[in-house]
Amino acid sequence: MLEADNLECVRGERRLFAGLGFKLEAGELLYLQGRNGAGKTSLLRMLIGLLPPEAGEIRWKGQSIKSDDFRADLCYLGHLNAIKEELTPLENLLAAARLADEELSEDDAIDALEQVGLAGREDLACKYLSQGQKRRVALARLVKERRPLWVLDEPFVALDVAAVDWLAGIISGHLQRGGLAVMTTHQLVDIPAGTVRELRLS
Amino acid sequence: MFKIISAVIGRDLKLAMRRQADIVSAVFFFIIVVSLFPLGIGPEPDLLRKLAPGVLWVAALLATMLSLPRLFADDHRDGTLEQLALAPHPLGLVVTGKVIAHWLVSGLPLALIAPVLGLQFDLSTDALVVLTGAILLGTPALSGIGAIGAALTLGLRGGGVLLSLLVLPLYIPVLIFGAGAVDATVSGLGGEGHLSLLAALTFASLGFAPWASAAALKIALE
Repeated sequence: MLEADNLECVRGERRLFAGLGFKLEAGELLYLQGRNGAGKTSLLRMLIGLLPPEAGEIRWKGQSIKSDDFRADLCYLGHLNAIKEELTPLENLLAAARLADEELSEDDAIDALEQVGLAGREDLACKYLSQGQKRRVALARLVKERRPLWVLDEPFVALDVAAVDWLAGIISGHLQRGGLAVMTTHQLVDIPAGTVRELRLS
Repeated sequence: MFKIISAVIGRDLKLAMRRQADIVSAVFFFIIVVSLFPLGIGPEPDLLRKLAPGVLWVAALLATMLSLPRLFADDHRDGTLEQLALAPHPLGLVVTGKVIAHWLVSGLPLALIAPVLGLQFDLSTDALVVLTGAILLGTPALSGIGAIGAALTLGLRGGGVLLSLLVLPLYIPVLIFGAGAVDATVSGLGGEGHLSLLAALTFASLGFAPWASAAALKIALE
C-alpha cells in the first residue's frame, strides 16, 4: 500500500538520510525511531507530501502521493495540535472535519470528546484547557477517523498513562480494520493488534 | 468547491467574532487617520473636497494592511495550515475562502463607515455614493493581493514591514482608480469608467491571487 523508495533528505547543508526505503501493507504499523534531529519528522513530512524528497519516490496504492486521492486517504496529526484556542472542543472537531471534507455529525463529535475524557467541557473555549486536554481534543479526531493511512507525530506526548492506553487501543482498532499507521515516538508503547515494524534513523 | 470555500469562510468569521478587537482596531485606525486630516488642514471646504478621495483611500489601504500579517500566521502557528494543505481539495480554494472572509471583516466595515467619514470633507451625496461603491469594489482586490504578500512573508522575522513594502506598491492601481472614481464624480465627468476598472482589478486578483498565495504557502510549509 505505502511504498518508499531510495529516499534522501537534505536539511540545510546536512544530509539526514539517503537510500531509505520501506513497504507497508494493510494492518501494519511503522514505528520511526531515532535521536533528536535524526530526521523523523522530516521523513513524516515527506510521507504526507509536505516536504518533497531530495531524491527517491513515495507511492500510495502504486501511485505517486502528489494526487488529491492520496490526501483523501490520509489523516495526519502533527506535533502541533491544529486546534483553535477561541473555539470550543466541539467546534474545533466539527470545523476540522468540514475542512478535511469528512462527514462528522454533532452526536459523533460529542461521543468522541466523551471518549477522550472531555465530557462536560465541550462548550469551554480551548484556551482554558490544559496542554494535555488540548492534545486530547486533537486526538479525538482519531475516534471516528476511517481513512486508511494515519501518520502521527509523537502522539503519546503530554498524555497521562490512562490516555496512552486508550490511544494504543484506538490505534490497534485502526490496524484491525485494515488501516496503516506510521508514527514517531520516543516511548515504545505496546500496540496489541497488527504487525509492528520498526525503522531506526541514525 | 463551494462547500469548502463556505466552510473556510464560516470558520474564519466565527474566529473573527471571538476576537472582535482586531476588527474594531482596524476600523478605528481608519476613522482616526481620516479624521486627522480635516483637523490638521483646517476648515477650507474646497481643499478638503479635493483631498478627500486620496485621504480616504490611503487610509483604507493602511487599515487593510493592519490585519494582513495575521491572515495565515495564526493558522501556521497552531498547525491548522498543515491540515488545510493536506485536505483533499486544492489549497487555492481554501485561500479563496480566507480572502473572502478577510474582506468581510476588514474591507466591508471600511466601506460602510466611509460615507460618514466623507461628510467631514464636505463631499456631495453623489460623491459619497461613488466613494462607498469604489471602496466596496476595490477592497476585495486589496485582500487578494495582500494574501500573496502575507503568504510570501509567512514565518519571517520582521515580516510585517516586509509585507508592507511588498504589497503597498501593488496597491497603487487600486488607489489610482479608487480615488479617481470619486474625483471624476466631483468634477462632473462620471466615475463609471474608473469603477469598471476597479471591478476588473478585483475579479482578476480574486481569480489569480489565491493560487499564487497557495504556491507560496506550500513553500513556507516545507
